[in-house]
Amino acid sequence: MQARISTDDVPALARGCAVLGTGGGGDVRAGGLAARRAILEYGEVPLVRLDELPEDALVLPLSGIGAPTVSHEMIHAEDEPVRIRDEIERIFGRPPAAVMSSEIGGGNGVAPVAWAARLGLPLLDADAMGRAFPEVQMVSMYVAGIPANIVIMSDVVGNVVTIRPVDGLWSEQIARAVCVASGSSALMADYVLTAGECRGAVIEGTVSRAIAIGRATDGAQDPLAALQDELGAVRLITGKLTDLDRRTTGGFVRGTVTIEGTGDDRGRTLGLEIQNENLVAVEDGRVRAMVPDLITVVDTQAATAIQTEGLRYGQRVTVLAWPCDPLWRTPKGLETAGPRAFGYDLDYLPVEKIAP
Amino acid sequence: MSERPDQRHRLRVGIDVGGTNTDAVVLDETDSVVATAKRPTSPDVTEGLRAALDAVLAELDDPSLVTRVMLGTTHATNAILERRALGRVAVLRLGLPATTSVPPLSDWPADLRDVVAAGTAIVRGGHFVDGRPIAPLDTDAVKRFLAEVGSAADAVAVAGVFSPGSADQEKQVAEIIRAELGDVAVSLSHEIGSLGLLERENATVLNAALYGVARDVTTALQDALDSRGLKVETFFAQNDGTLMAVDYAARYPVLTIGSGPANSLRGAAYLSGVEDAIVADVGGTSTDLGVLVGGFPRESAAAVEIGGVTTNFRMPDILSIALGGGTMVGAEPRSVGYRIGREALVFGGPTPTMTDAAVAAGRGTVGTHGVPDQWRDRLAEAVARADELVADAVDRVALGKADRPLIAVGGGALLLAGRIPGASEVIRPRHAEVANAVGAAIALASGRLETIVPTGNGGNARAALIEKAKEEAAARAVAAGADPASVQIVELSEIPLSYLPEPAVRLQVKAAGPLSR
Repeated sequence: MQARISTDDVPALARGCAVLGTGGGGDVRAGGLAARRAILEYGEVPLVRLDELPEDALVLPLSGIGAPTVSHEMIHAEDEPVRIRDEIERIFGRPPAAVMSSEIGGGNGVAPVAWAARLGLPLLDADAMGRAFPEVQMVSMYVAGIPANIVIMSDVVGNVVTIRPVDGLWSEQIARAVCVASGSSALMADYVLTAGECRGAVIEGTVSRAIAIGRATDGAQDPLAALQDELGAVRLITGKLTDLDRRTTGGFVRGTVTIEGTGDDRGRTLGLEIQNENLVAVEDGRVRAMVPDLITVVDTQAATAIQTEGLRYGQRVTVLAWPCDPLWRTPKGLETAGPRAFGYDLDYLPVEKIAP
Repeated sequence: MSERPDQRHRLRVGIDVGGTNTDAVVLDETDSVVATAKRPTSPDVTEGLRAALDAVLAELDDPSLVTRVMLGTTHATNAILERRALGRVAVLRLGLPATTSVPPLSDWPADLRDVVAAGTAIVRGGHFVDGRPIAPLDTDAVKRFLAEVGSAADAVAVAGVFSPGSADQEKQVAEIIRAELGDVAVSLSHEIGSLGLLERENATVLNAALYGVARDVTTALQDALDSRGLKVETFFAQNDGTLMAVDYAARYPVLTIGSGPANSLRGAAYLSGVEDAIVADVGGTSTDLGVLVGGFPRESAAAVEIGGVTTNFRMPDILSIALGGGTMVGAEPRSVGYRIGREALVFGGPTPTMTDAAVAAGRGTVGTHGVPDQWRDRLAEAVARADELVADAVDRVALGKADRPLIAVGGGALLLAGRIPGASEVIRPRHAEVANAVGAAIALASGRLETIVPTGNGGNARAALIEKAKEEAAARAVAAGADPASVQIVELSEIPLSYLPEPAVRLQVKAAGPLSR
């Protein structure tokens, strides 16, 4: 693991977070720009392992929440994390010792570098998803049974809201309402927890993994093979995107993507069910990978991740799938973010069993 | 207007400055092509423009019958790529206390930022998605900023958060600038780009930086016309295949970027009479493929990068492949470019090019010499490779529909095979080699608008807002030079926004019409 995150690491981190976004998690561009600027302004960000923190050190999991359309227009205020930090100090009597990304996949994996730099805090080499998920309760702390008893939100104008919800469902409902009142954009800390509580309740090593994923394709002769190797992924198909059926229902995008094989894969067809993320891959009526395992569509040439909203007919793509963190394969993990949590009537089977 | 010639004999000139060649055409009142010319594009652009203009005027019995000149030019693109002749811009963002994590110009290449930025500031202001102000506009801060940097700035760019939905603060700032700095040029983001603050702000700053370039090219064109005794109206081609009057172009020079591909698509539609087709424009170094939908270019959904700066204004969805008439066989993708007239085998030169390959394959006759036999095998292989490249590109832009024709245009169009997989037929209209200049000459004037419309409570409010947006787009088309009596709404799209509390759509409206008489 590297000790600090410098501006040189930001592009690799952004590429890696896009890969771990499995099609969702939002744009990495604004987060990357904010991270770069914050490092230049406040210095490089130490990256720490969980076992380097004292047992009672407070860890601050942060994520930006809101509507993707709004996030392209409403850029975060630099001081949003400062207000959350101050509130935590007021409540807990001590400041947090490290920032953690709540969601390594997509923009929320990159922006925490900016937030940590602004606070002068290290970034914990961990996150709460190991990928991207669309709903705030789909986090490892919830699966680990840690009560969601405090949520602190800070918005662009400086409002700070502390919620003490009775359970995760109320947490989600009230946080959404606050977010809307704040113009559909806010920074959120939920599950403020100690390093001790983090053990077994967060997914470790994901920041350095994202950077390694981003670096794997740097100067590689065969970027795709390098990426596949780094991820330990199964190549589901290499081919051409031939159909894209996308519809918006109830505020969520749903769709089916068809990829027809080319080269060695000629004659094969893969169907990909997408919502905000890539969720289920089907070939000849047989499921070959499903959520919470990771499924990412990459450009076959450059091996860069393509978000669901960037999918277009005719793209030459490869679909990679690889295992999720074991935490998601527990009964509680699958109940929270398994195929049924996304409306697919499927019994979960691990990708390494069904993909090859 | 009594000194004007009889309407039936009025002529107009279309000019398109491309990477390799500058093309000019003259069209009469019935839109028939009466003269064409092709000249090499000069490094300074203007010399080649004058040469093409002279060449085409020389073909006319009476050049004084020319009443209009339409110009599509790469002056603005070149200025940005070469960091040359750009103005210094004071950049003002309305958004405090929001947006501070990414200040203006954060993603610009340092050398371009050094040339362009006269100063940047974020002041209190801007709006939320639902129209509420983030903060009241801090007029004192605006004035302080102008006092600090105003003297060093050639222009001011203003970008407010969610200004495409709520433009009032940007307009208010424009008034303050006029009061404080007099008639310095002002670029307002809601008039330039769509949602996406950083990209729209970038496009707005580029626009402001290009005012001087716009003035230079306007003056150069006017001088060229004056010295030839022509009294004409001039128009500039913009990136959606429509025209803007010269005073409008002077305010929105950034919109001229990317006009070349749009012109060639529109010209191809006009020359062939086909409105839904794939267009392949084969130049000296590259082939641009695009798609015509209802006679207009299909637009790209992706962000467009210009000189290292990411912007979000709409451009024709173009796929460029490194294949042109001057492409060197065996040294692809290098091209001999405009030197083809002395380099290619068919002109007696030493370099085998794709033009030679096309001639050897019997696709046309060009040049002064035959193709030497010892090259035939290699040229045949090159043609086969080129056909594969083209078929692959056609499939990519066709989005799976194989039933549309392909219109082959551009100086190197003979490279294209008579049958192309993915196209129902290959159409080679007359004057295809100057389709881009024809496209400039026949273009309509247009205006566009993007805003956010809530669709939740009451259909009437929504209908009224959409009606208002249509009127504004039509007004912008008239400002660009369209005839008020014949402006039509040619495009209206509603894109539902996800994750929002109140249902809302992103509304895009485009109005276009023929130029006023």
